[in-house]
Amino acid sequence: MAERKMVSLTIEGRPVSVPEGTSILEAAKAVGILIPHYCYHPGLPVAGVCRMCLVEVEKAPKLAASCATLVADGQVVRVHTERALEARKGVLEFLLINHPLDCPICDQSGECELQDYTYQEGRADSRYRDPKRFNPVEDFGGDVLYVPNRCILCTRCVRFMDDVAHDTVLNVSERGDRALIGKFEGKDLTHPWAGNVVDLCPVGALLSKDFLNKARAWELDRVASVCPSCTQGCNITIETRDSAVVRLKPRPNEDVNKFFMCDYGRMNYRWMNRTDRAESPLVRTEGALRGIDWDVGIHAAASLLRERRVFVVASPKLSNEALYLLSRLIEGSGGAGVFRVDTGDEAPLAGVEDLALRRDRAANVKGAELFGFERSESPLAKLGDGDVLVIADDDLDGIAADDLVRAAQVIVIGTTLPEAAKDAAVLLPITNVAEEEGTFTNLHGRVQRFMQAKPAPGLARPSWLVLGDLLGALGKQNGFYLPSDVFTRIAESHPAFSGLSYDSLGMRGLPVLDSDARTTTRMGEGLGMGQEATR
Amino acid sequence: MGYPHKSHPRETPLLTRYFGEEEARTLDGWKKRGGYQALEKALVMTPAEIVDIVKESGLRGRGGAGFPTGMKWSFMKPGDGKPHYLCCNADESEPGTFKDREVMRWTPHALVEGCAIGAYAIGAETTYIYIRGEFTEPLIWMDRAIREAYDAGILGANAMGTGKRIEMYVHKGAGAYICGEETALMNSLEGQRGNPRIKPPFPAVSGVFGQPTTINNVETLAAVPEIIMKGAAWYKSMSLSNLKSTGTKLYSVCGNIRYPGTYEVEMGFPFGEFLHELCGGALDGRKLKAVIPGGASVPIQTMAEADATLMDYEGFVAQGSMLGSGGVIVIDDKQSMVRVIARLARFFAHESCAQCTQCREGTAWTTKILERIRDGQGTMEDLDTLLDLADLMTGTTICVLSDSCAVPVVSGIKKFRAEFEALIHGKRVHPVLSAVA
Repeated sequence: MAERKMVSLTIEGRPVSVPEGTSILEAAKAVGILIPHYCYHPGLPVAGVCRMCLVEVEKAPKLAASCATLVADGQVVRVHTERALEARKGVLEFLLINHPLDCPICDQSGECELQDYTYQEGRADSRYRDPKRFNPVEDFGGDVLYVPNRCILCTRCVRFMDDVAHDTVLNVSERGDRALIGKFEGKDLTHPWAGNVVDLCPVGALLSKDFLNKARAWELDRVASVCPSCTQGCNITIETRDSAVVRLKPRPNEDVNKFFMCDYGRMNYRWMNRTDRAESPLVRTEGALRGIDWDVGIHAAASLLRERRVFVVASPKLSNEALYLLSRLIEGSGGAGVFRVDTGDEAPLAGVEDLALRRDRAANVKGAELFGFERSESPLAKLGDGDVLVIADDDLDGIAADDLVRAAQVIVIGTTLPEAAKDAAVLLPITNVAEEEGTFTNLHGRVQRFMQAKPAPGLARPSWLVLGDLLGALGKQNGFYLPSDVFTRIAESHPAFSGLSYDSLGMRGLPVLDSDARTTTRMGEGLGMGQEATR
Repeated sequence: MGYPHKSHPRETPLLTRYFGEEEARTLDGWKKRGGYQALEKALVMTPAEIVDIVKESGLRGRGGAGFPTGMKWSFMKPGDGKPHYLCCNADESEPGTFKDREVMRWTPHALVEGCAIGAYAIGAETTYIYIRGEFTEPLIWMDRAIREAYDAGILGANAMGTGKRIEMYVHKGAGAYICGEETALMNSLEGQRGNPRIKPPFPAVSGVFGQPTTINNVETLAAVPEIIMKGAAWYKSMSLSNLKSTGTKLYSVCGNIRYPGTYEVEMGFPFGEFLHELCGGALDGRKLKAVIPGGASVPIQTMAEADATLMDYEGFVAQGSMLGSGGVIVIDDKQSMVRVIARLARFFAHESCAQCTQCREGTAWTTKILERIRDGQGTMEDLDTLLDLADLMTGTTICVLSDSCAVPVVSGIKKFRAEFEALIHGKRVHPVLSAVA
């Protein structure tokens, strides 16, 4: 790719140097100046219609819309001059004259750009004395509700559907102040990625039915994570209220999901709040599973594993750390590990290269493969007589208790005790993805960290900790006190992960040096996530 | 000329010469009047020569902005390997303006010929005549003229036997003022919502279908054939005041005036004489109060300003207004200025495309305030608010519709403040309003 020429300019007195073709708004962002804006969104084509991002450019007769004005050499841009502030104050006043100001009952309140910028630089009062425009709430289909009275006609939703989803559903209907977002006849927001319009809406005009009236924005705790619902590995934010997950939102990552996530992943969070969880280590004594201390549970499991062939049925929803430690359990025992994956239809987001809801509906299929687990539709086919069967968070759906009898012992390391494994000898309860931290490897081999969003239920412990203790009890390896300790060990021992560290992954992740990527360059160009895709 | 079509001796009829003559509408009748000789002449010249003649003639855009036509054409680079387009802006929707309609109704072939010459000059094989949705009769005549021209081999793959390709289509809009804005026109032509585009890129770089495009007004293009025939010097000589304004200009005169109609005078003609002599002045027993000289979006002139105006691009500016489209709206002393301005604002509020915040909300809010004042419910603060809104609406949006709404408000309050205050203070009930009540 040809190097782009750099352009130097001054914004609010700060010297900036950005590539040619950058907008003033983006250039200002680069030096930490946020120019207020509504219609502009880095993931959408520029519309330049809200006129909120007006700034003063020296020698230009008019104020410039900074989202639609490109930088030029020697430009002197002023964002907070009286003239620019007056103009933006005017825009805010105009936007509010027909706005119902119903923040107390609006879902967007607290994360509303109209609120933010009005507090920041708007008028304290309104000079508008006439009746406000009124339009009824409309169901846009899918998960989306439209409240036209709050709409500021920024057209982000229209542009997302047209230019990113390539599904023309929304439009601007009517003209003048009668304008509102309309839906084409017979169309609904049923596109698998349509839910993004709710995130894109800077105000409370497009709402999620799922999240409607669930929580106030300021009551939520937010944690960076990775979507566990398919192998794409979209970066997300898990939002919890009172330790329950109430909403998943996409977290921008240029290399993976840009600014978006699909509706399937967005809605697939209720299982994180399951209450029928395994909360205490259980060990079978006198024919019944009984609660017991962790130490005893770990040693009970270890004693069963010792000197036996170990057969693991692992979930591809487990972290790299857990899968690695499981592979260490198998190591040297002559056993094997398998996993199975739920599948569904692939649903690409047409306007973004290499972004789709993937067929494999689990986050860490690639990780499971890298750690030597074999994909299998019938996971117990290779279970040998007399093996110790370790069920690692597989729910055993479609598998009967009889299928397990070949195993000498069954150890369940999971979030629940599956019905088919009710005769297990030991149950070690682990936390789910929202309750622990770790890493996933997405389908292109990108390793990404996720963080803990809510507390563990009962005595359940993070999977890496349970498995680390088990390895220690088996005398294989000690010293896993943090998930990063496990990751460091992975990086040391697995060539694919070499050179990576927990810290260098950051919150955006890095690609592994696996067989696909080895022939090309390191930074992901061969993985289809290179600079071309990031524009 | 008012109706019936008879020019005043002080007029200079070039484009209006054949108005009222049924025969001039047909190809035969047009040829009898010397039609298509200019095209024949132009097609043996080089495009650059034509552009130079038009440049030299001083012809400027007659749609309102007054941009030099030759210079606009010179932005197009024939032979750059891209398809070029010529768009004729026949979306004449400016309130008070109906000159283009008359050109298309009476001399459709003048426009076809002008378009053909223009298209050849800018290297465009295709011309679109974007015609206003409400213009059903002009559409019929334009359609017929183009069909005749095709049948006679004037247009088509082998225009006039020269081997040059000139295609021409009429595109009917759906009836929206904003589609007269050149970039909105292009969107509409492409089948999209008629929203103005952000400039740059300018049409000459990326216009219709993303290709280099020139957009000219009907009157501008219709004036071209005669310039080709008689030369730049002849056209340039028609200037009574300022050398930057040359040729003749059509004015559609309407409102409280004795002889409404379409008039054609040389640039620099005295506006006072024009109104009082050519157009016959005020109706019996009335007195002219104000003039909007260039369509609804130019500042209102008081009669004192109008009387001192020389009718050209600079002359109107010198007297506090603009030439604009030449749609002269005359207002006499029986009218309430507040009512007039409120009506204009309502028009702009109705026609705003709703893209930019200031325009979408500002035009509607302005209208609400003006109508409140009109109805005797206004306050003095409302006047300040109006001026403040006008300020916020000027120069901050993608196109100038928002500015256009602000213009009559600002000039109206500035020049006729007493009428606003009288309504606010309730000292005087307007005769028309009281009759309605």
